[in-house]
Amino acid sequence: MNYAALFRATLPETALEIAALLVLVADLGFLRKAALEIRAAVAALIGIAGCAAAVWGVYAAGWAGFSAGSDQLLAAGGSAGVAQIAILVLTALTLLLLIDTDFTRNAGEYVAVVLMAAAGGLIISAAQDLLVIFTGLELLSLGLYILTAFAKQSEKSAEAALKYYLFGAMSAAFLLFGFSYLYGLSGSTSLPRVILGAYMASANGASPLLFIALVMIAAGLGFKVAAVPFHLWAPDTYEGAPAPAAAFIASVSKVASFALLISISATALHFMESFHVIGYVTGTVIPAGAPLPHITPGFVAAWPLILIVLSAASMVFGNLAALAQSSVRRLLAYSAIAHAGYILLGLAFFSWTNASAQAILYYILTYGLTTIGAFGVVGVVERATGSDKMDAFLGLHKRNPILAAVLLVLFLSLAGIPPLVGFWAKFNLFAAVLGVSAGPIPFALVALAIVFSAVSLYYYLQVLKRAYVMPAADESPIQAHPVTLAVLIAIAAAVLVLGCFPALLQSWIVSFYA
Amino acid sequence: MLSWSIYISFAGALIAALVPKGKPAAARWWALAVSVAGLVLAVAGYAAGFGAGREVIVDVLWVPSMGVHFLLAADGISRVLVLLTGIAAVAGVLFSWNVELRTNQFFAFYLALIGGVYGVFLSGDLFLLFVFYEVAIVPKYFLISIWGSTRREYGAMKLALYSFVGSAMVLIGLLAAYTTAGSHSTALADLAHAGLPVSFQMWCFPLVFVGFAILAGMWPFHTWAPTGHVAAPTAASMLLAGVVMKLGAYGCLRVGIGLFPHGLDPWGFSFLGLGSWRDVFAWLAVIGIVYGALVALAQTDFKFVIGYSSVSHMGFVLLGLMTLNQIGLDGAVLQMFSHGVIAGLLFAIVGRVVYDRTHTRQFAELEPMHLSRRLPFAAWAFVVAGVASMGLPGFSGFVAELQVLVGAWKANPWWTIVSGIGIIVGVAYIWRAMQKAFFTDALPTPHELESEQTHKFPPITWPEIAGVALLGISTLVVGLYPRILLDSIEPAVKALLAGGAQ
Repeated sequence: MNYAALFRATLPETALEIAALLVLVADLGFLRKAALEIRAAVAALIGIAGCAAAVWGVYAAGWAGFSAGSDQLLAAGGSAGVAQIAILVLTALTLLLLIDTDFTRNAGEYVAVVLMAAAGGLIISAAQDLLVIFTGLELLSLGLYILTAFAKQSEKSAEAALKYYLFGAMSAAFLLFGFSYLYGLSGSTSLPRVILGAYMASANGASPLLFIALVMIAAGLGFKVAAVPFHLWAPDTYEGAPAPAAAFIASVSKVASFALLISISATALHFMESFHVIGYVTGTVIPAGAPLPHITPGFVAAWPLILIVLSAASMVFGNLAALAQSSVRRLLAYSAIAHAGYILLGLAFFSWTNASAQAILYYILTYGLTTIGAFGVVGVVERATGSDKMDAFLGLHKRNPILAAVLLVLFLSLAGIPPLVGFWAKFNLFAAVLGVSAGPIPFALVALAIVFSAVSLYYYLQVLKRAYVMPAADESPIQAHPVTLAVLIAIAAAVLVLGCFPALLQSWIVSFYA
Repeated sequence: MLSWSIYISFAGALIAALVPKGKPAAARWWALAVSVAGLVLAVAGYAAGFGAGREVIVDVLWVPSMGVHFLLAADGISRVLVLLTGIAAVAGVLFSWNVELRTNQFFAFYLALIGGVYGVFLSGDLFLLFVFYEVAIVPKYFLISIWGSTRREYGAMKLALYSFVGSAMVLIGLLAAYTTAGSHSTALADLAHAGLPVSFQMWCFPLVFVGFAILAGMWPFHTWAPTGHVAAPTAASMLLAGVVMKLGAYGCLRVGIGLFPHGLDPWGFSFLGLGSWRDVFAWLAVIGIVYGALVALAQTDFKFVIGYSSVSHMGFVLLGLMTLNQIGLDGAVLQMFSHGVIAGLLFAIVGRVVYDRTHTRQFAELEPMHLSRRLPFAAWAFVVAGVASMGLPGFSGFVAELQVLVGAWKANPWWTIVSGIGIIVGVAYIWRAMQKAFFTDALPTPHELESEQTHKFPPITWPEIAGVALLGISTLVVGLYPRILLDSIEPAVKALLAGGAQ
């Protein structure tokens, strides 16, 4: 093993860990007597500097990745690179939201945990080995449980964390169980070899062992992305966690988990393509020019099928359940479930060209950005009114017009109204799905997704209606910290600008696949 | 030149939103200036392009990887509808001169809506058209729910959801057409020449057509229209009936018929006498004409009469589209213009001139007010608008509906015969409304005279007179000299019939 190469490949993670330690030293060492605001600001700034250094690290590491022997452990560039940069940028944004909060007296520890969790996110975005994947996932998840519980005075926060932790621990067990079966089938933990082994095992009809393994893994990863029926933690966690932590869970953790799903799907399809060309499974070499036989090994059929079920269930249930919510945080949780459903559709009909991966990354990036802004607004309103109920938003356009305008832009983008970026993300994703296969099943699923995004407009409008239309009893102005306000305006502006010039983000993503 | 009407409307909306709250007059004058500038551009663009064919105004690759173009183009149909939008926009601002609540926001939403409408009419790319089409939904919702009246939140939400469901159907069709054509380009001309398979067109056409026709008020998807119109503030109901419903009809024509001409081919079998989608939609249009007129006859709320009359008149547009012959389509496009102007005038009189003074729209309460004596301006303006709406010769509605009926006769005489009932009932409901609201037989009692003296109505203001004059003159000019529009419409329709979307 070449430690220099390992250090090079993990530069971004290292940068985050160093920043986490620096934060602790600064906060617990030098600033013990300082006011909370100063400590929070310093901690956030060090954290942001760490993120910036890590972004530099991603580029400095080059697109080399890291291999032990012949097995690649960490990928670089491509989807992994995009996801890593996105994780770092989104982490920095959630740290900026911390500057104006009072849920904790331990700002330093909070930032340190955020940075370590983000490091876990970086690892799973790049991981190509089952063990590395699991380690990264645990690093990320443990951080998230702590962050959820960070508001120590709040019972809700503790309850949410406990629920999240129990569900999370169980799903991790499922995942590990599934991984162990895959190891048994393939004799390796390296993702390409595992998938090769899975193909071989299912060459002559699917092996039940493989199905069990895939269902277990779907349960484990479905939990991370909050897909129905593994979503139960999401509403409680979104509701109970402190606002910046909820924003972190809703954005960074989602980006990392979907990046992992992308790398699994991409590896699987890479093999399927080579099978089509050389006829590996049937053992006969197809002469050049002959039509390619339609080979559907058990693995190839089963995995998309599982994803389709999760996707359809998430779209339908997430959107319908969101209709009934009176708490904006719970509403955002159910809408997150619905959005996960749309993305899973993209994963179920995955293209071996990079089109699907790029469309999914585009979606999850812009979704993460939007949802951080949404939680930022919720956080400010919550601090002023003491509630995250929809009625807390009554008359927001008078109480703080800028906040109301930001909310308008972000929620309409989540609903997929052009010219905001959420619309392009949806269009891009659905076009990618239909580009892979234009049969009746993908088409029906896309139609279902579009119809349910029409349903979603209703609940987003319920919040906007309170902010803009309905009369308010209390019209006292709501003050927001200038930094928070600047972050929120920047996010809303980005949502609008990226929506008007969708090619900007797209060409940036494509540049990673060179 | 025409493209600037889009840009100035959106820029105007942004600036209107930034006008300080305490200065409603500034917001008003600003909105008037922007909408007049839009009208001037529309008229100039119309005059400059008169008789010319389709011209591309802007063509920039917007999303290169997907082949989406920012492509603005205008042909005769677009120019006519842009002209209509310009007229309706100016009239709408004039009739909302008395909006005092959150004036700056009102005009910001208003101008954003106008910008979206201009955009739809000028889009030469299916994707861009869809973007503008959806941009128009949100301002409508807020205009109605904040500044509306009767059951405004219900009406606004219903309208928003109907629109959004319709546009979801369009989006599904758009994605299907785009991927079926090979995912290269979303320009209308490219898609029309992509050679979409007939079997594909057969199912995609009704999807897209119904998606657009929801907004055009096609029976049985019309129910958003009366509630939405009634709930909306005057300017918004003028725009809804005047131009927003035309967005739907325009989409049916440009996208539905333009991209999927074979979707109208016979199925090869007949069910209940219906042999193609064309029959289905034509009969739905005919039902809409008759149903809208009959329901309008039974209303007790003045504004609902006008709301249902819109459903009836939009039925003529859809019927004209389904004739698929030159004269019928000419009539359909002309009817879009004509109904836009006349419905705008009717809503303006009911919603602004009458309601803002009487604070009621119930016939039972309007009857004892003897409005013909107390508001002679309103009464006579309504007479003009009413006879125009009935289709009296000399007004634009006559020419348009006559052409539609002639075209329909050529296609299927039964369509004309049944629609004729709608015209007769149309005379009846206008007559009834006119009589109940303005010209009651009963003489005023001394008690009523006394209360008239104590509750004097505010005098008619200059914006109202200007608005009535603008709309009235528009319908009269087109009625007396229809060629001013027809010469522009005819070649464009001919091109559309000849080769899909050109």
